[in-house]
Order: sequence, then structure tokens, then C-alpha cells
Amino acid sequence: MAFKDIELNMGPQHPSTHGVLRLKLTVDNEVVLKVEPVIGYLHRGMEKLWENLTYTQIVPLTDRLDYLAALSNNLAFALTVEKLAGIEVPKRGRYIRIVLAELQRLASHLAWAGFMANDIGAMSVLLYGFEAREDILDVFEEYIGARLTVHGIRIGGVPRDLDEALVSRIRGVLSGIPRRLKDIRALLDENRIWKQRTVGIGLISAAEALDFGLTGPALRASGVNWDLRKSIPYSSYDEMDFDVPLGSRGDVYDRYLVRMAEIEQSIRIVNQALDKLPPGEFMAKVPRVLKIAPGQVFQTIEAPKGVLGFTIKSNGTDKPERVKMKSPSFINLQSLEHMCRGNLFSDVVGILGSMDIVLGEIDK
Amino acid sequence: MLDVPADRPALREVHEALTGRFPDSVLAGSFEKGELAETIRAEDLLPVLRFLRSEHGFNCLDDLIVLDNVRLPEAPAKRFSVLYQLYRFPGDVRVRLVVDVGEDEPLDSVVPIYRSADWAEREAFDMFGLRFRGHPDLRRVYLPDDFDGYPLRKDFPLEGKGDGL
Amino acid sequence: MSPAVSDFVIPVAKIAAVILYPMVMVVVMIWLERRVVALIQGRLGPNRVGFQGILQPVADAVKLFFKEDIIPRQADKLLFNLAPILVMFSSLLAFCFVPLGEPLRIGSYTLTLWIAESPVGLLIVLGLSSISVFGVIFGGWASNSKYPLMGALRSVVQVLSYEIPTGLTVLSVVFFARSMDMVEIVRRQEAAHIWYGFMLPVSFVVFWISAVAETNRAPFDLPEAESELVAGYHTEYSGMKFAYFYMAEYTHMVLASSLVVILFFGGWLPPFPGVKFLAFLHAVPGFVWYLIKIMFFLYLYVWIRATFPRYRFDSLIKLVWKWLIPLSLINLLAVVAVRYLL
Repeated sequence: MAFKDIELNMGPQHPSTHGVLRLKLTVDNEVVLKVEPVIGYLHRGMEKLWENLTYTQIVPLTDRLDYLAALSNNLAFALTVEKLAGIEVPKRGRYIRIVLAELQRLASHLAWAGFMANDIGAMSVLLYGFEAREDILDVFEEYIGARLTVHGIRIGGVPRDLDEALVSRIRGVLSGIPRRLKDIRALLDENRIWKQRTVGIGLISAAEALDFGLTGPALRASGVNWDLRKSIPYSSYDEMDFDVPLGSRGDVYDRYLVRMAEIEQSIRIVNQALDKLPPGEFMAKVPRVLKIAPGQVFQTIEAPKGVLGFTIKSNGTDKPERVKMKSPSFINLQSLEHMCRGNLFSDVVGILGSMDIVLGEIDK
Repeated sequence: MLDVPADRPALREVHEALTGRFPDSVLAGSFEKGELAETIRAEDLLPVLRFLRSEHGFNCLDDLIVLDNVRLPEAPAKRFSVLYQLYRFPGDVRVRLVVDVGEDEPLDSVVPIYRSADWAEREAFDMFGLRFRGHPDLRRVYLPDDFDGYPLRKDFPLEGKGDGL
Repeated sequence: MSPAVSDFVIPVAKIAAVILYPMVMVVVMIWLERRVVALIQGRLGPNRVGFQGILQPVADAVKLFFKEDIIPRQADKLLFNLAPILVMFSSLLAFCFVPLGEPLRIGSYTLTLWIAESPVGLLIVLGLSSISVFGVIFGGWASNSKYPLMGALRSVVQVLSYEIPTGLTVLSVVFFARSMDMVEIVRRQEAAHIWYGFMLPVSFVVFWISAVAETNRAPFDLPEAESELVAGYHTEYSGMKFAYFYMAEYTHMVLASSLVVILFFGGWLPPFPGVKFLAFLHAVPGFVWYLIKIMFFLYLYVWIRATFPRYRFDSLIKLVWKWLIPLSLINLLAVVAVRYLL
């Protein structure tokens, strides 16, 4: 009894597909021949909906795209609208946005670390990562009232100020994260079983990664030094001092190391932003009914999952003519088949985990 | 002739190279809000992209956007505008190519040049009904294969038609 | 004592005890696993049902008892029903030969703490525990579904491969003890005043790793890997049949722990059996020491599960064929050589 060219279905309901994703796998005795992702199970028609809502009404809906990193979606959309309407965000607002966006990056990467380790079998790392993430979500709750779909960045700035109490609370949270990170790294970094499951698995070279349009930590793990926070800085990121971690081989292990290093860099950025927080306004004067003259812009940010962008075309009214979202996970998922080919069936789970996709972002 | 301001030398260079090499293809150009957009003829899409990729280093296709112009006050001749957002890495230069295409006209698929256009073109087909010649596997990406209609067209109602599925 | 009691009542009571003892251990294990794994992960685990969650296994049993028994339509009914019975049966039967302690003297009657003692008891136990592989194959095949089949095949290869280092390391112990009778092995350790685990550390480690792999436990739990195969060979089972697989896994673990304790950890001997000033430890009955040691190994099972990632299948097979088998072979030869030279 051989397993020649068997079609296996990792169906929409599966413990490891990070959402409703269907993978049609063709395997030959455990070696993967073909992977075909089938998406659309979470399609909510966001882009159609947005054409019927005002710009301010769209911002809370963007939370639901990448629901593990809601503030990045808010930030990307707000930046695009501001570029289109010519709104200038005051400096304090920009700095608070940096703090929020990097905290969100921390939360997203900690959730990713937990899920990926759990898929490969190290169950405890899931709980350690989420324990650290809980502290960050509590900060969001104190700041704006929501943990997951935060809506904490609005058009023109941020809705609330960071007062002294909140600043010291954030610093406390940040000082607690390295300890948990040390626990996770002690369990995984030099673990023989972890390395056997991740080193040399899911390889993608730098040239192929660029060709497939891969962005984010997965691209940086292949050695390509592309971080939008450095190359096309937005929201005062050019005033922050941080490193961009790079990998060399482009395998699952490198992606893991890159994201762990990014967590450390994010802590560094938040501390700097809190130290240098300038006084002043945190929200620009935005009219209640925001009408934007006809025009079109494309603005991107470096979200935790990759390059997230919005194209907005306005038509003079308070509702956009067209909003198109460039979703990093949608494009990253296309390279899954290339990475999985030739690897074993058990590795598909690890490779999918290392790509860090979120179905809300893919399916809109 | 579009005047790209002198403080954007890279964009100026791209604009001049493009209009120099393909004078008949470039129908219009615009520079607003710091972004360069060139409208080109549909039949020259692949040569222009190849030129930009190989000789000017635009190695990434950031996004593929489709606009439905049917409700615009100055209704243009062709219904859809397809926008190709190109990016040069390293160098961080962005250029937008605009191609106008009619309702039942097929467009050349750019998958041979940029592999990341694969699903983006499927999405354009799924949402607008645009067909791409030479696409390896053109089928719907979000909606079920037997769905009737193209939802992001302006004449498709927000609530959907009938049962939908 | 009348023959009716000594020939009928006592054996029946012992058989009941032999069935009850692993069942009680299973109940303890269910609770232990969930609490310990939870505490390692920084959460609490079940602590509502009964004091500190002690009644959680009862709640689980009641739930499983009342679940609908679903049999897939195309399943092979005979094999589907037979599989859980086989798995449970093989491990329970093996317990007949596992001794629990020195014979107790009650009045004029000597109560042996085992049902049967055989000169080849160890061989019988190893053979019986291998029958459970059939249960796994039947379960995976009869479910008529790809995931269980893959899980079953993986499990078969894994168990068969890991039988070899198990056998080789057991052989090294047998060589020392000059017997395959488990009671005799423990008595030999008593006579030598040392647990075999300290004399044969390599054998102990290899046997323990193989035992973890034989029982399909983490990090070798690929056949039932939750995140990959949903639930492996018991995906399609529900209700009491699933409960049987679940209990059989724990029973197997208890059996493996018993073997480790008897072969390498001195069975019912207290620590440092020969040291004079620790002779007060003998006041504690043998089977209490035995239970303490078994609990330690069961805890070790759970501890390992909560810590390590899962081995991928080819790494698992490479581990046994490239490392464990050659290591156990060399170990056996070394043991023989040392014994002959000394």
C-alpha cells in the first residue's frame, strides 16, 4: 500500500491553518508535490463596503483585516487618507503612533511565536507568548478600551493622549517581556528537535522571494534588507534608531530568528519614542465631515506581516470612489507552494506557520 | 510633456526614458502628491513592463488595482482602468502605470514578468470580470466558482443579487 | 486456609486488583497530566471539579460515556470495533506478569503480589505489549479515511523500529541478572546492593527513550499529532471507543514505567538497599517504594510532553536506526565483555 499522488485536504477546519484556509495537498509517500491554497472563506466584501462609508467610518473596519495587529491597519489607512487630504499630523501624534504601532508589532509577533511553536509541538511556548501578549493587550484596553480590534489610531492623529501613568505602565510591560522571551528562546533556539524541524526547511532564495513579491520578515530572512520603516519612513520613524534583523538562508529557522530579533528591536523603539515624546497636540484639526478633492494616492507601511498598503481614489465627496488594500499575507501565501515543494508533509505546517498569515487580511 | 519637479531625479529619469523609448504608447502622464503615473496603451503593456524591469530595475509589482469608471461624471471611453504599482528595490522608487481597458476586452497577463501578479489578476477577474490573456490559471479566488456576477463593479448592488450563492 | 479461598477467591481478587490497579493509575494520570502541563505552562488546569480537580477524570469519563457512538459509513465494522479492545487487552494482560512487591505474609498464608510468575515473564510482557500495534493498524485501516491511515502507518513503523533498542537494552539487564523472571531480576538487584540503572546507565537511557517512543508519547507522538493529522489513528473514534484508546495509552505508559522501575530502578527496593544506616527505609513496604518510583516516571512523561517540540517522522526513524540501535548494540557487547572480564 503506497501513497502515490494522494490528494490530502487540510480543510478549512484544521488546528493549524491559522484561520479558515484550505490547502489541497498532493503528496507522494509524505513528500509534498503540489500545494494549492483555497481562500475566500472569510471574504466579507470589505472593499465594496468601504465605497459606501465615509473615511472616518472605514477606520474601525480596518481593524478586522489583520485582526492580530489591528493598529497597523488603522495606521496604514489613516496615513493614506492624510496623504490624500494633505493633513499633517502633529509631532506628538506621530510619536504616539510609533509607540502604538510597535506595541502592536510586539503583540503580533508574540502571538505568532506561540502559534508556530504549538504547531510544531512545543505547547508551552504558546502559553508563554500569550502571557506576554496579555500585558500588552491590557495596555491597549487602558488606552482606548479594546484589546483586539483596537481602533486606536484615527485620521489626523490619535484619539487620546498618553499620560504619565500610561507611559510608566508601558515601560513596566516592556521590562517584563525580555524575561519571557528568554524562556521561549531557551526552549527553542538551540533545541535539537526544533532545529531539525526548521533548519533547511521551506527554503526560498532572495531573488525568488523578490520575484514572488514576498515582503516582511519572511523576505528579510532571505537576506533582503527591505524595511519600509527605513527606506520610505513614515510617521517619524526616521527619527528612531533601530536595526533591521536579517537572515541568510531563507528557511523557517531564519524567519523565526528574524522575528524574535524584531521583538527586541521593537522594545528598543518604544523606549526611545517614550523618552523623546514631544509636548503638544496629538490630533490634527480634521473637519467632522471629511470631503477630499478628487485624487489618488498609494501609501504603504511596514506592518508586522509585511508591506501593507492602501490605494485610495477620492471623488470630492465624503466617501471614497475606490479603496484597494495591498495585503501582505495575500501575496506571501502565493509562495507557499514554492517553499513546500520537496519537503515532507509534516513540514507544511511549520512552513505555513513561519509565513505568519492571517486570513482576515487575505480574504478582506 | 509632463514636467516632473527637479527634486525627484529618479522619477524624472524614468519619465524621460519611458517617453523617449515608447513615445506613442505613453498617452498621458501625471505627477501629483509625489506620485508619478503614466497612462499607456493596452497593447504595449508587456513591452513597457519588460523595459522597466530589465533596464530600470523595477523588480517588484507592489499592487494591481482595478478602477471601474462607469459612474464618473466625465465618463471615459473605456470602462476599466488597471493600475500597476511598480517598485524598485533597492532605491525605493515608485511608478504607476495606468492601462484603460474596455468591458469585454482581454488584457495581457503580466505573470511572465512578475510572478506576484498571479493571484492579483485572479482577484481582478473575480471582482471585475477582467480577463487576462496568458494567465496560467484564471479562476475566481474569493468567491465560489459558480458565483454569478462581478461584485466590485459599480452596477453590482451592495446587498448582493438574490441569494448570492 | 481452605482450598476454596486459596484456589478461587484469592486469585479472582488478584485478577480484579490487576485490572483495577492500572485503571486507578489511569485516573490519576488523567488528572496529573492536565494539572502538571497546565502549571508548567503558567496556567492552572482543572481545579473546579472536586478538591484541586481530583474528580476531573470522573467528569471526563461520564462525558465520554454519554457521547454518541459514531461509526463512519464505509468503515469496516468488525475491525473498527475490535481495534480499541485489542489495544486495551494487550496492555492489561501484560500486567498479570508484572510483580508489585515482595510476597506478604498474612498469618500463615503468603500472598504473592503478582498473578503469575514465569521464568520468561519479561519476554511475555514485551510480547503482549506489542500486540497493541495491531489495534492501531486496525483502527487506522478500518476508519476508511486518509488521516487515520497515515497516522496508523507512522505508528506501526515507529513502534516496530523502537522494539529493537528495547529488546537489546533489556537483554543487557537479563545478562546481568541471569534471568528473564522479573521477580528474580529485582532480587538480583537486592543481592548486588545496587540498582541496575546505575550499573547500566546507557541501557537505562536508551530503554527510557524507546519506552517513550513505544507509547506514542511526546516528543514521539507524531501518529496522533494534533496539529498535523488532527488526531491520527483515532480521529474517527468517539465516545467510549475513544475512551478505550485514551485509557489504553495511559495503561501502556504505566506498563512501560513499571518495566523501567523493575529493570533499572530496583523494583520495590528502597534507595541504597545495601547501605546499613539507611536500613530504616526498609520499614516502608516494598510496593510503596514501587508506587513512588512509578509516579516519578509518569511525572517525567508529562514533563517531557510539556517541554519539547515534536520530532518529525524521518528524524524519528533516523534517531532509532542511526543512533539508538547501534548504541544499544555496542552497549550490549560492552556489558558482556565487562562481565566476562570481571
